[in-house]
Amino acid sequence: MDVNSNKYTIGFSFVMVVIVALLLAFASEGLKPMQNQNIEREKMQNILQSVGLEVSRDEAQDTYNKYITEEIVLNEKGEQIEGDAFKVDVLKEYKSGGQKNFPIYIYENEGSKKYIIPLVGKGLWGPIWGYIALEEDKNTVAGASFDHKGETPGLGAEINQGWFQEPFIGKKVFDESGNYQSIKVIKGGAPEGDKHGVDAISGGTITGNGVTEMLVRTLKTYEPYLKS
Amino acid sequence: MSESLFSKKNMKLIKDPLNDDNPITVQVLGICSALAITVKVETAFVMAISVVFVMIGASVIVSLMRKIIPSRIRIIVQLVIVASLVILVDQVLKAFVYDVSKQLSVFVGLIITNCIIMGRLEAFALANKPGASFLDALGNAFGYGLILIVVAFFRELFGSGTVTLPAIGKIEILTSLANNTGYEHNGLMILPPMALITVGIYIWIQRSKNRKLIEENH
Repeated sequence: MDVNSNKYTIGFSFVMVVIVALLLAFASEGLKPMQNQNIEREKMQNILQSVGLEVSRDEAQDTYNKYITEEIVLNEKGEQIEGDAFKVDVLKEYKSGGQKNFPIYIYENEGSKKYIIPLVGKGLWGPIWGYIALEEDKNTVAGASFDHKGETPGLGAEINQGWFQEPFIGKKVFDESGNYQSIKVIKGGAPEGDKHGVDAISGGTITGNGVTEMLVRTLKTYEPYLKS
Repeated sequence: MSESLFSKKNMKLIKDPLNDDNPITVQVLGICSALAITVKVETAFVMAISVVFVMIGASVIVSLMRKIIPSRIRIIVQLVIVASLVILVDQVLKAFVYDVSKQLSVFVGLIITNCIIMGRLEAFALANKPGASFLDALGNAFGYGLILIVVAFFRELFGSGTVTLPAIGKIEILTSLANNTGYEHNGLMILPPMALITVGIYIWIQRSKNRKLIEENH
């Protein structure tokens, strides 16, 4: 048989493509449930991390079901709407022209509640996202966690480190007269006693500004809910 | 089969790429991925395993098919075989070692473009029996993996002060020492340029030990 004839070449490529396509389709379908489970559990881990619960991936599901007692979705005006809060992909919505659904996850432990709000915004090189948890007064920050796609290592990428996230604890979203202030990342360091500012990262100004922008814009939408 | 799989000639196929004919430090192939994923030992290790798998799979398949592949489309055929294996690896990593697959991100996909793989398929697997191709692939993939792990070890040690091993986890080495000596982690080590310099230092040491690698001046 002449392996270099046109007929053979075309036949060969056809058979090869069919075999490869079948193989990959089966592999992809077979592994999909496990991959999706990983993604879901990672989201649960991130949500729990913002209230200071570090759990392994395997425990994530159980811990999440135990402590997250309520999931609410708000619309752009901050009104509660129907929907599955866990399924809302804020990053996807943000990328495709603006967030439309605003979920809140309510954490409850021994009678005290915490409100967890997902955040999404832009860093220097790509998207940044995170969760901020508020205490029962819907004003004081109970914890925050941030992550990023590809910020500069050692500079902007430090937003996912504890030393950047811890100072958020205890900050206030509203000032004493109830006006919306949000929380800002302040270049050069927040003044002592500032209730609405945390220290920025030297060399990570644009990422820090991204965190500020993300907080100011997102929390504003939640204002009606938080004040209710 | 006339000669044994572990004959002297065949063993040379494994040993050469580890030193005398190393794909990274001597042939200078596959540098791009060596720069990108050597920030942590664990990622380098998983990348090395993935490349070993893809390389061996592709070499053996191409070698088995070498008589039926039409020569005009052989590059495309090789590419399809490599790409399918890479997609398989990527899917498996996402399902079983999700964290590592997140760190490797696009670089698993980029194994397809790893010059070492296509180079060895073209140069060796297409003209040799599966047994020999298997050994050649093993040797070259190990040669690649070896450099990856060595570079990652030094970058992680000096850049983050830790060594992250698969299954064992993060071992803090310099952090405890650092408090006594005042050593600060060198953040530069984590950035890609330092991978190039680390590979450069490796080549320097390798050549000073292995004099036959030094080209003569004409």
